[in-house]
Amino acid sequence: MKFVKRLKLVAALVPALALGAEAVAQGSVSLLNVSYDPTREFYREYNEAFAKHWKGTAGQDVTVRQSHGGSGSQARAVIDGLDADVVTLALAYDVDALRKNADLIPEDWQSRLESNSSPYTSTIVLLVRKGNPKNIQDWDDLIRDDVEVITPNPKTSGGARWNYLAAWGYALKQYGGDEQKAYDFVSKLFANVPVLDPGARGATNTFVQRRLGDVFIAWENEAFLSVEQLGKGEYEIVVPSVSILAEPPVTVVDKNVDRKGTRAVAEGYLDYLYSDEAQRLAGKHYYRPSNPAIAAEFADKFPDVELFGIDEVFGGWNKAQEIHFNDGGHFDAILEAIAKR
Amino acid sequence: MTTQTLGNVANPALAARWRRATSEPDWLRWTLIGISLSFLALFLILPLLVVLYGAFEQGLAVWTAAITEPDALAAIRLSLFVVAIVVPINVVFGVAAAWAIAKFEFRGKSILITLIDMPFAISPVVVGLIFVILFGTQGWLGPWLAAHDLRIIFAVPGIVIVIAFGTMPFIARELIPLMQQQGKEEEEASLTLGAGGWKTFWYVTLPNIKWGLIYGIILCNARALGEFGAVAVVSGRIRGETNTMPLHIEVLYNEYMFTAAFAVSSLLMGLALVTVAIKSVVEWQTERSRRSADTP
Repeated sequence: MKFVKRLKLVAALVPALALGAEAVAQGSVSLLNVSYDPTREFYREYNEAFAKHWKGTAGQDVTVRQSHGGSGSQARAVIDGLDADVVTLALAYDVDALRKNADLIPEDWQSRLESNSSPYTSTIVLLVRKGNPKNIQDWDDLIRDDVEVITPNPKTSGGARWNYLAAWGYALKQYGGDEQKAYDFVSKLFANVPVLDPGARGATNTFVQRRLGDVFIAWENEAFLSVEQLGKGEYEIVVPSVSILAEPPVTVVDKNVDRKGTRAVAEGYLDYLYSDEAQRLAGKHYYRPSNPAIAAEFADKFPDVELFGIDEVFGGWNKAQEIHFNDGGHFDAILEAIAKR
Repeated sequence: MTTQTLGNVANPALAARWRRATSEPDWLRWTLIGISLSFLALFLILPLLVVLYGAFEQGLAVWTAAITEPDALAAIRLSLFVVAIVVPINVVFGVAAAWAIAKFEFRGKSILITLIDMPFAISPVVVGLIFVILFGTQGWLGPWLAAHDLRIIFAVPGIVIVIAFGTMPFIARELIPLMQQQGKEEEEASLTLGAGGWKTFWYVTLPNIKWGLIYGIILCNARALGEFGAVAVVSGRIRGETNTMPLHIEVLYNEYMFTAAFAVSSLLMGLALVTVAIKSVVEWQTERSRRSADTP
């Protein structure tokens, strides 16, 4: 009965494999950093740097485990019990969900660390094809009749909400705070969008693989990443005159670290993000360092741009969400008007 | 053979008319063949080639680097580990369920059959959410699990559970018709001749269902390796820990690491092709054993 013997062999292998998977390093501490998609390369390098730093100062071996996914779904996973010691997500709105839905962090979480708990920042830029054939220099060019714009749908994509708000903020500045004119400007911009993909990755594909559109609105760090990965020399990054300050915040997940007894190392992990070494790593991986002195070292990579914060122009995320993106908000009205045309 | 018979007809004009009546004209034949071949090429061969092209575009060294990178190796190891647990569980369950359904009469049998089919009918994402609602910290058993420091979802056990759930029907579904068709005479004969239940199972039932069982295992295996939707919900995506191969591919893709994503895809595709190959051999074997059983 060869067959039976084979079955027995499989049965014998199972516990052996189980042991292999469960083998965990002992006598050291481990952290779980739940992050979003494009931070992988940055945290891979940072985790090594931090491990060295922590060994030197606290004398403890630390292994940092990483989880990456869409920012919103990562927050959801932590709420449902993913055992994160720290979260490093794309939006304050997603981090705030940990407080609203599960009481995992205190209300004042964002004021616990410098720069709104955002050790690195980014902004919204315009990605154009090689040689910039349509001569796109600023937001104004996106409402020209001969320009097609690619951006994901702000209803479904967190990243695309920044695109929308960046354009809105620019128009407000341009027209002296006239909300109606800003509304018209953003309407014209979205009328130039041939396909509204649900997510950032789909929109990237539309622009890069299907070669649709003349300009792609993107986060600066993701624009750099996609230029790096999808073809150097085929795309150019245009930094507009005014844009929004995108702050991907970080926080310790209080409930988890207190239960696991990892608060000291988790706080050390986030504090070290503000060190010169970490700030340089952030710059290397296309995020703007929050420390102005280190940011100056990367001046040739990140052109000067007038940045406005979401709090000063839109009164914070929750308010922006309510006015612009909730059902019946400005964005719905804009889409409806375009559909009628 | 056909031409010979037709050639035997004395009148050649009549023979030609017969041929026309029993077969399609050439143009129709070639159009149909052409359509099906181009369909195959477009939807099957081309995507396979695209994956291979994407995987090897930057050379063998890049491909090797992508699949030997620690996170990729961990994903491969995890996928194989899950399969090594899930498949035996489903073998036991499948054989037991098929045995009960095919050889015994009892109340609620049709309900059992329907229940076995359930995982096919439910969307994988919903399967994942069911277990999040059950085991998540906001869910029913979550607080109890947390109090006892037990981790089910966002850890390996959760992945094993959702994959076992999703692949549950494969083996049972394969065996039920087979065992029903074979009836229970042979088992009854064995029992009346004095063999015990286990002996009857090992020496009578199992050899009879051997090829069907292997076929079911192959299908179960293929699906367990490829399962995405449910795992994506319960995995937590911890690198090197809870990312299975399909999840690892998605993560790579989302990070613009297209070549690496295609490299791991090609590996998964290779496993699928091996599975298909084994499946053909098994089908051929089944056919042969059936024929030899038919001829006394």
